[in-house]
Amino acid sequence: MRQVVAMSLVVAATASGCASAGELPDADGSVLVLAAASLTDVFGSLADVFEATHAGTEIRLNFAASSSLREQILGGLPGDVFASADETNVDEVVAAGDASGEPKAFARNGLAIAVPAGNPAAVNGIADLARSELLVGLCAETVPCGELARRAISVAGIEASVDTHEPDVRALLTKVEAGELDAAIVYATDVAAAAGRVDSVEIELAVDVTTTYAIVTLAAGANPDGAELFVQFVLSAEGRRILGDHGFVAP
Amino acid sequence: MNAPGRRHRRGALPIGVAGLAGIGVALVAVPLVAVVWRVPWSRLAAVLGDEVVVDALRLSLATSAGAAVISLVIGVPLALVVARTEIPGRSLIRAIVTLPVILPPVVGGAALLYAFGRRGIVGGPLYEATGILLPFSGWGVVLANTFIAMPFMVLTVESALRGLDPRPEAAARTLGASRWTVIRRVTLPLLRPALVAGFVLSWARALGEFGATVTFAGNLQGSTQTMPLAVFVALESDRDAALAISLLLVVLSLAILVGLRDRWLRSW
Repeated sequence: MRQVVAMSLVVAATASGCASAGELPDADGSVLVLAAASLTDVFGSLADVFEATHAGTEIRLNFAASSSLREQILGGLPGDVFASADETNVDEVVAAGDASGEPKAFARNGLAIAVPAGNPAAVNGIADLARSELLVGLCAETVPCGELARRAISVAGIEASVDTHEPDVRALLTKVEAGELDAAIVYATDVAAAAGRVDSVEIELAVDVTTTYAIVTLAAGANPDGAELFVQFVLSAEGRRILGDHGFVAP
Repeated sequence: MNAPGRRHRRGALPIGVAGLAGIGVALVAVPLVAVVWRVPWSRLAAVLGDEVVVDALRLSLATSAGAAVISLVIGVPLALVVARTEIPGRSLIRAIVTLPVILPPVVGGAALLYAFGRRGIVGGPLYEATGILLPFSGWGVVLANTFIAMPFMVLTVESALRGLDPRPEAAARTLGASRWTVIRRVTLPLLRPALVAGFVLSWARALGEFGATVTFAGNLQGSTQTMPLAVFVALESDRDAALAISLLLVVLSLAILVGLRDRWLRSW
């Protein structure tokens, strides 16, 4: 229950445009990081370690679908750092002149099929997503995980029988955890993060279907120094190690 | 929502009041004007004729009207119970049925999932027994819409009941009318302005419902993707389409609020 409500609040924050970003309790000491929903756990860990080693700096995290964050940035959300689950959304922010630095690739992620614990619908692979009696979910095609999932489905050459297109990957995962969906294509790291609550079914394809995560500092940020430090930390050996611990692959 | 026929001329208002009222109007009107301003008029017909938009419009009209009708059928008896009876826990009942007005809709959606989902405390046994599945279906959208919209019906009718002149009902009882006849022939006709107001409010609220719908019913074109969900998806891919659907929603909601209200109510 807690999980779903927490996720729902993320969705709500996305939907309402997250108006609270403007009021910084301590503008010098805080860095507002806008990050893809699939980075929820790993960026929590990264922020904890960063704060422990940079006294007086507070990392404030705002998670949503990368495409939602891109829209908010283009709309003037004064964030310091943008970490996207693909390179396209970062490129669009750069093209709009809203980035202050060069985008850097920092991780790679693949896909997996998440099924409720125990796999009650006996899903064995991506071909099972064509079974019309199953409740199948994907991310909406406008968000990176949805785009990637559609690529995998097209590589697999199947006609998926989809019942819902969720606004972000964690909202999708939550519905699998609750047992309301029989199968959903999510990031490999998401099933790892929810291990025990969902089971993972591998997607075996002839072509590797992965996405590259990119990070960039933002022009509208109130704390450019803090932003630069945090990006360097994500790219550092320590950052790589934490990303690896959560199942992300080096780019 | 006041009782009808109570407008009095009280002379001009101080200039400051008018100024603040002007700010209030601007706060709501300026964003609406901005939507109209940015709408891609040259592409409007093409965008609105798109299959995604047509599907969303059809689904939105059907599910919101369904929710408004259910709100009427269930909400009016509920208002009567809350306003007229002395059953224990009445104020708690009133608070619970009003809660969806202030609860974040996504929390409502999550709660609905735990109640009526496939593993829900009601939805689980229902699914086992009948195979009926409410999430990810049009009926799920109606349920989510009703959950959010019904309180508007209950509150409107309840407040009207409290302001109702008790004499016509008392007279009818004295003349030998049964309880059921009094409600049908006296109470409900007297309540007509409030019934219309409650119906209009709950319908308009259902039409704009987003959070509970996406959380409980999911998002699939043609079966659960209502207009607000279509706007949310389009905002990130096709902004012209998002603006066009938004315009349609604004026009529809205004038509419901202004049209129905002015047609059925002289004063509200």
